[in-house]
Amino acid sequence: MGTIVLLTLTGLGLAALYFLVAAGLSLVFGLADVLNFAHGLFLSVGAYGTWWAANHLPGAGPGGFGFVLAVAFGVAAGALVGALVELVMIRPLYSRNIEQVLVTVGLSLAGVALLQASWGADPRDFPRPEWSRQVTVVLGAKVPNSILLLIVAAVVVLAALLAFLRYTRYGLIIRAGVENREMVTALGIDVRKAFTLVFVIGGAVAALAGGLGGVYYGSVSPSQGGSLLIFAFIVVVIGGMGSVVGSAYAAVVVGLLQQFVNYYGTSGAGDLCVVALLAAVLLLRPQGIAGKAVTA
Amino acid sequence: MTELQTPVVAAPAAAPPDEPERRRGWFGIVRPWLPLVALAVFAILPYSTVSLPGLFDGPLNSPGTLQLLAICLVFGGLAAGYDLLFGRTGMLSFGHALYFAAGVYGTDILVTKGGLPLWQAALLTLAGGAILAALLGAIALRTAGIAFAMVTLAFAQVGATLVALDSGGLTGGEEGLPLDVSGLPDSLVGVANTVNLYWLALAYLALVVFVVARVAASPTGRVLAGLRDDERRIGVLGLDPYRFKLVAFTLSGSLATAGGVIYCLLVGGASPHITSSELTLSLLVMVVLGGPGTRWGPVIGGFLYMYLDHRLTDFGSSSAVDSLPTVLSAPLSQPLFVLGTVFILAVYFFPGGLASLKTRLTPLHHLTSRPRR
Repeated sequence: MGTIVLLTLTGLGLAALYFLVAAGLSLVFGLADVLNFAHGLFLSVGAYGTWWAANHLPGAGPGGFGFVLAVAFGVAAGALVGALVELVMIRPLYSRNIEQVLVTVGLSLAGVALLQASWGADPRDFPRPEWSRQVTVVLGAKVPNSILLLIVAAVVVLAALLAFLRYTRYGLIIRAGVENREMVTALGIDVRKAFTLVFVIGGAVAALAGGLGGVYYGSVSPSQGGSLLIFAFIVVVIGGMGSVVGSAYAAVVVGLLQQFVNYYGTSGAGDLCVVALLAAVLLLRPQGIAGKAVTA
Repeated sequence: MTELQTPVVAAPAAAPPDEPERRRGWFGIVRPWLPLVALAVFAILPYSTVSLPGLFDGPLNSPGTLQLLAICLVFGGLAAGYDLLFGRTGMLSFGHALYFAAGVYGTDILVTKGGLPLWQAALLTLAGGAILAALLGAIALRTAGIAFAMVTLAFAQVGATLVALDSGGLTGGEEGLPLDVSGLPDSLVGVANTVNLYWLALAYLALVVFVVARVAASPTGRVLAGLRDDERRIGVLGLDPYRFKLVAFTLSGSLATAGGVIYCLLVGGASPHITSSELTLSLLVMVVLGGPGTRWGPVIGGFLYMYLDHRLTDFGSSSAVDSLPTVLSAPLSQPLFVLGTVFILAVYFFPGGLASLKTRLTPLHHLTSRPRR
């Protein structure tokens, strides 16, 4: 019983991480049709931003309110980079989708190399709050607090994103833009402002994933973003592109599947199962769980 | 009525890319033979003892230089094969590294662990790579566009995971798997025989360019170009886009597997970094830098990229860079930073890649030659 609870909760923790990466990716993809390879870079910016702030920023540190400040700094850095990427690199290539994707590919290569040049390729110790290393006993299972932190953060982000998409004017524009970009443009609404906004949101949420992922893994390295990105891609495809709720469902399925199979099968078999699931979903329902019809 | 009876498929032969009427002078006569001339030059290159300081560390016929050239040639061929998907059919695959890695690891495992003779291992690997590409392509092609890119990426990730898992000690995991050379023909083993591997790499490049050019010029190639420009048009003609795309995908994957076989011999083993998605992204960079959809653009792009990748590592650790302030020297010591930046600039300012240089320079040429006309 304890094992199953533990596996479920660690699976949900992994799912939370995937969801945080996939949510921004899915929104950017749904609205701007850009497969954003630089999304992994946003995550790394958040991780390194948090790491840097905890060591250098006055008032920030690994414990208590200092940790909140450090994460906030990382998230702000991610949001800023997201905005800059959209304004400087994506916008000049308006409606040239392949070129937009190519530019993010170049950015992901150059950005990771830049991180490596600045802080080396080896993982760095991440400043974790003391309480995140401890465990909480849930139904007889000793669950690491960092996992509970990830799950809570993902639920809060999901609720905030849904509230934003459903009850605000910009959320309405984004939802409509995901459905039919041409129509929204024809109504005289500047979709490009919404583009910048989704890049900011995506950058911020990915950066949060980076910071909390650092707590989860206990270290940061330049290549961390890239490996998480691939699973986030899978989550986005399974969930149905452009759908935040679909991404959340898919993240839960993928996270649980991976965790259980890795435990009961051989380690690494979970990754294979996830891709097998992807193939099965594509064969049975190419548009993903949520499809294009549901967007919020 | 006779017009109606002509079959739809028998489209008029595509006009030759350069109009023969306007070709003048000796260049017009030489031009069609240039690829053969280049092939001959590259073939006799190992006999030259010229040293090009700055470009290469040793003279041209030294093993180190030949190996670097051979790696560049293999990647020129890989990029040309990848362009069959990207530039000629308009399919953005992010999983091409998988088929290359299948070639490298397939050959390595069959020779080292299976003890097969090289030719058997190579043939089995090729067949396996082709089947793998056909199977995975059949699934991935149910999606299109960006979703296709993500799905191919996911499949390639499985390959990377399998290699990293090292189940049964087959792949050597993180350490990679050195090639057991005891069963190989003597002419392919040892530093002194690098020249034979170089010729093998050149033959591979020539084969890929030949195959891709033949496919592109065939009726199938025109369908592929049609798929790139407007897939619905091909559907309206009564042709099945799925089948043609699958053919292109399988062929391109098989060519990459063949490249993997050569690469395995060339570097004497397999290491896990060739399974990473970064390799596919590099291929994409090569093609875009060179010029997608052109005969020589991807080859030049692949050759140049690998050359720069190797040389920039040396350049990055050179004293000239070290003497710069850290703000500059740290990024410059990372080849990927330089190449990524060049790539971004190329996307903005050189949409046609290097192959479009000639057309871009044509106005300049007209300007300078006007008085004579």
